[in-house]
Order: sequence, then C-alpha cells, then structure tokens
Amino acid sequence: MTQYVVRRCLQAIPLLFLVNVFIFILLKFAGDPFAYLALDPTASPEDRAYLRRSLGLDDPVYMQFIHWYFGDDWYMRDLDFDGDAETPGDRKGILRGDFGQSIRYARPVVDVIGDYLPNTLILGSSALLVTVIAGVSIGVFAALRPYTWIDNIVTTLSFLTFSMPIFLIALLGVLFFSLTLKDLGLPYLPTGGMYETRGDRSLDELLIRLILPTMSIAAISTARYARFMRGSMLEVINADYIRTARAKGIKERRITWLHALKNASIPLVTLISLDIPFILSGAVVTETIFSWPGMGWLFINSLQTLDPPILLIFTLMVAVGVVVFQVVADILYAWVDPRIRFD
Amino acid sequence: MSDMTLNQQKSKIATLEAESQLKSRSLLAIATRRFLRHRMAVTGTIMLTLIALYVTVGALFYTEAQGNDTNILFKTEPPSSEFWFGSDLVGRDIFIRTIYGGQISIAIGVVSVFISISVGTLVGIVSGYFGGIVDALLGRITEMFLSIPPLILLLVLSSVIIKNATTVNILGREVSSTVVFIVVLIGLTSWMQLSRIVRGQVLSLKEQEYIMAARAIGAKDIGIIFRHLLPNIIAPIIVAATLGIGTAIITEAYLSFLGFGVQPPTATWGNILTGAQDRIDSVWWMWMAPGFFIVCTVLAINFIGDGLRDALDPRSIQ
Repeated sequence: MTQYVVRRCLQAIPLLFLVNVFIFILLKFAGDPFAYLALDPTASPEDRAYLRRSLGLDDPVYMQFIHWYFGDDWYMRDLDFDGDAETPGDRKGILRGDFGQSIRYARPVVDVIGDYLPNTLILGSSALLVTVIAGVSIGVFAALRPYTWIDNIVTTLSFLTFSMPIFLIALLGVLFFSLTLKDLGLPYLPTGGMYETRGDRSLDELLIRLILPTMSIAAISTARYARFMRGSMLEVINADYIRTARAKGIKERRITWLHALKNASIPLVTLISLDIPFILSGAVVTETIFSWPGMGWLFINSLQTLDPPILLIFTLMVAVGVVVFQVVADILYAWVDPRIRFD
Repeated sequence: MSDMTLNQQKSKIATLEAESQLKSRSLLAIATRRFLRHRMAVTGTIMLTLIALYVTVGALFYTEAQGNDTNILFKTEPPSSEFWFGSDLVGRDIFIRTIYGGQISIAIGVVSVFISISVGTLVGIVSGYFGGIVDALLGRITEMFLSIPPLILLLVLSSVIIKNATTVNILGREVSSTVVFIVVLIGLTSWMQLSRIVRGQVLSLKEQEYIMAARAIGAKDIGIIFRHLLPNIIAPIIVAATLGIGTAIITEAYLSFLGFGVQPPTATWGNILTGAQDRIDSVWWMWMAPGFFIVCTVLAINFIGDGLRDALDPRSIQ
C-alpha cells in the first residue's frame, strides 16, 4: 500500500511538471500583462518599462522559466537602463516555496488565493453535501421501485438535468425564487455575491445567499449520483446476504438503509473523491453567474486581466488536486472493500 | 468434394456470399429496428429534426445581417410582438440570433467531435496495437490532458487565441475566426475518454485468433487495423461521437458564456448571453431562449446516443 502511494506520487511529479510547462508556454503567447497600463495616463512609458524590467518580463523566455522555478535572486538586471546589469531579483522560485506575486493585486499569490479559496470551499462543500444526500436518497428510492412510473420520471429528469447548461438551472431558480417572489411581495432569495456590499456579514446572510448557487450546482450533479446509486443498489438488492437478512426477519427499512446501502455505496466513495478536485474548478460558471468571490471567479478575472502567476498556481493546484484525489480514491476503495489489494 | 464440379463449387460459394451479405444486412436491420423501438431515441430524433428545421428554414426568412444589426434604441427589450425572444444589450434581435447561432453551435458540435473522434481513435489504436514505448508515451500525454479539467484548459487556451480574432469566410459566410479556433480546441481537449476505451478494446481484440491469422498470412499492420480492428470497435466510437456532440455544444456554450468562446457579432447559443453574465435577475430573457435550445438539442442527442448504445450493443443482438 505505502509502496503504491509512493509510486503514484513519484509518477505524478513529471506529469505536474509537464502541465506547468504547458500552461507557462501558453501564457507567454497570451499577451502583455501590462497592456492595461497603456490606457492609464498616470503611468509613463518609463514607468512601464521599469515595471516590465523589474518583474523580469524583458528576460528571455527560457530565463523567465528558470526564474519561475529557481528564483532570480542570483540574476542581475539592468534596472536603471545604463547598460550595466547590477540589480539582483528578489524571487525565490516555486521550488523554494515562493509562489510569486500577483501582477494585478500586487500581493503574494498565496495571500490572494487564501482570500478566495475558503469561499469556494464553502460553496463546494455545501453543494457536494446536498448532491450526495439528494443523489443517494433518490437513487435508493428509484432502485426500490425499478421500472415503475416514478422510476421512469426519475430517469427522465436525470436525462434532462444532465443535458442542461448550469446557467439555465440558475436562471430558473432566480426566476422562481427571486423575481416571482419579489413581484408577489414575499420574502425572496438574493441573487448575487456572498454578502451585501455594505450589509451585515452574519452567518444567516451567508446561508441565505448560499441557497441559489448551491441548488444550481446540486441540480446538475444530483442526477449523476442518483443514476449511479440506482444501478449500484439494484446490483446489491438481489444478493444472497440480503435474502438471508430478510429470512431472519429483519425489518425491510433496516435492510435497505443499513445492509444494502453499506455495500452499494462502495463505488460512491470513488465517485465522490474523484469529484472533489473538480469542485475547485467546476464552480467557474456558477461563481460567475452569482458573483460568488471564489476560486472560479478569481480564475476568470485573472484570465481577463492576464495575471500569469495566479493562473499558473491555480492550474497547478487543480492538477495536484486531481492526482491526489485519484490516489485517495484508490486508497479509500481498498479501505472500504478489503478484497482489493495493491501489488 | 472431389466429385463436386466446378459449377457446383461456384454456386456454393455464391450462396455462402449471399448468406454472409444477408447476415450483415440483417445485423444492420436488427440495429435499426432496435433503435426505432427505443422510444426515447425516436423522440430525440424528432426533436433534433425540428431544431434542424428551425435553424435552416428560419434562415430563409431572416438574414444574418439582421441578426447582427445593433440598435441601441431597442436595447434590452423584453419579449414582445416585435422581438419574439427580446433583444440583447445592444439591441440585437435574439430570435434571429438563435437561428444563426444555432447553425454555428451545431456545426461546432459536429466538427469538433469529428476531430476528437479521429484523435481519440488514432491514439487508442496506436497505443493499444503497438504497445511498449509508444503506449507509455501516449499514455503519459493522455494523463496530462486528463489532469486538468477540460473547461479550465480550454479557458486558458482560448484566452491565448481570442486576443487576435478576425473574420474568416467559411462557405460564403463571414464568421469570426474564433469559431475555427474553438472547434479545434474543443476537439483537441475531448479525445481522452474515447482513446482509453479504444485502447482497452484493441488490447483484447489483438490477442484473438483472427488477428493472429491475419498476421500469419502476412497482412500489413495498417490493413489489420483498418480491415479487422476498426470494424469491431466501431460501436463504442459511434456512441461516443453522438454523445460528444452534446457535450461539445454545452462546452462551447460555457466558453462563450464566460466570454472566452466565439466572439460577437457571430452568434452562438452560448454567446447570445454575452454581457449578461452577472445580470441574471434583470435581463432573464437573454438567458431563456438560448438555454432552451441548448437543453432541447443536447437532450435529443443524449436520447439518440442512449438508443444507439442499446441498438449497437453486440451482446444484445442475437
């Protein structure tokens, strides 16, 4: 087991490196991060030249790449434009734990991400919680009544939500729970942001604003979980040990929710852990719709303003997340099903 | 056998050939019949036909220029008798834009799937058939693509290319060059699942006797791949292609919705919402029409894909 984990992690290193190189090269083609300053009358051409030079954007691309990994505190640049390179840089490079400075926020990338990550985790975990609870209940419910009209409705609905872009679900939610309720003079759900701009920052406020984005994400992904659970439950429900339990006179409810569900949810463990890294990225669209200040929102903003350090760290985080949770999924799978061994 | 005349032999061969032809035709016939009995698949086909009629017949009544025509006096008009689906932030008629946008969205779906199917099948066959170092190398590349969520990768990729968007002429129609880029990008970021499936199939098929026999009589690799392997893995490829069109249409919609897809004035179902990304409560009609068309199209495609999966499943064809 330990050997397996170590091997997987070692295999992941060149992979993550490749991903990072790939994104790095791409962003070099994306254009000038300081293009926006050209419209700023307070920034003189000299200032811009100095900024570019001091941030290392004038260095050859392969040097920029080396600086990104190993830092530039050993590299001399000509910051006063006298043809004589004498000022060293101040970055340490990601291999020495320096994840760089955001160009747009003028703060360390770690701090910027630290501001936005918790918001995504709040939205992501509440969406995952709702999805799993709803998905499992609906799946079990449908599996207990296979091929009845209610099961068919569940199947049709899951096809429908599976084919929906999330913005349509979000729109329907807003139409019903915000606009219609507002027109009727009833209390309605707010549609944007985590808090009122100048309003209170209480937990109640957060929970109310969490409802619509959470429900939008859950509406899309519940269908997948429900179908998965239904299939997995149908396989288990006819097993011998369930018949034995029934023969022993155990109550049907107890059989379903304890005996059957326990084994039927083994594959679910894998599904959930493979889904977790996508929470980090998957909320891109939802966060944009509801102006939720999370990682997805930060990512889109950084793409629009072209902030390479944030984009590089974000993509690296997502890739690390995908790899780590693949290993976690394997470990959990072996843990809940002792028949599985790693060689 | 010795007393069998040449003519008898010929006629016997002819019968055998006729029988085998009959067999192959009847397999197709069985698949067709199974598909037609699949209620959801038939519904999907009808829905898709209606949408195809909408985007083609509708184009006979309105020109694309009318759909791209901006009129700031009529901006953000809610649906009315004049603007059936309302107007957008610069006063363009959303009804006409859904017609021409639909053409582009569907075209993007079909062409990008063609690319992703070609790449996925090629990578899968090559790594499964040749194995060894080629397999290891292609496997790493596949893993690399799988380790970034497709939407994130696409967003980064398209942020690079949309900066210098021009217009190009495709089939006598002036469209934004981003259409071409987006098609290629979606195609090149969605082949991984299929390549895994194809690789798995090829790995098991190439150990079978008929492939070994083909190799023993000196058939070339390329002949084996195209004549013997490909026909046997065509079913999952067709299903993946069908479902892929739906996924590609949704992906394009997300990209355009976020402003990193096809650039206006060229309309797609995704970019009709451009500018309304965070104004969900004030201009809801801008979201309604394109959202409705995307759902119907993708739902129809998923129904058809499900029907094809059942119809082409060799285990259920007797």
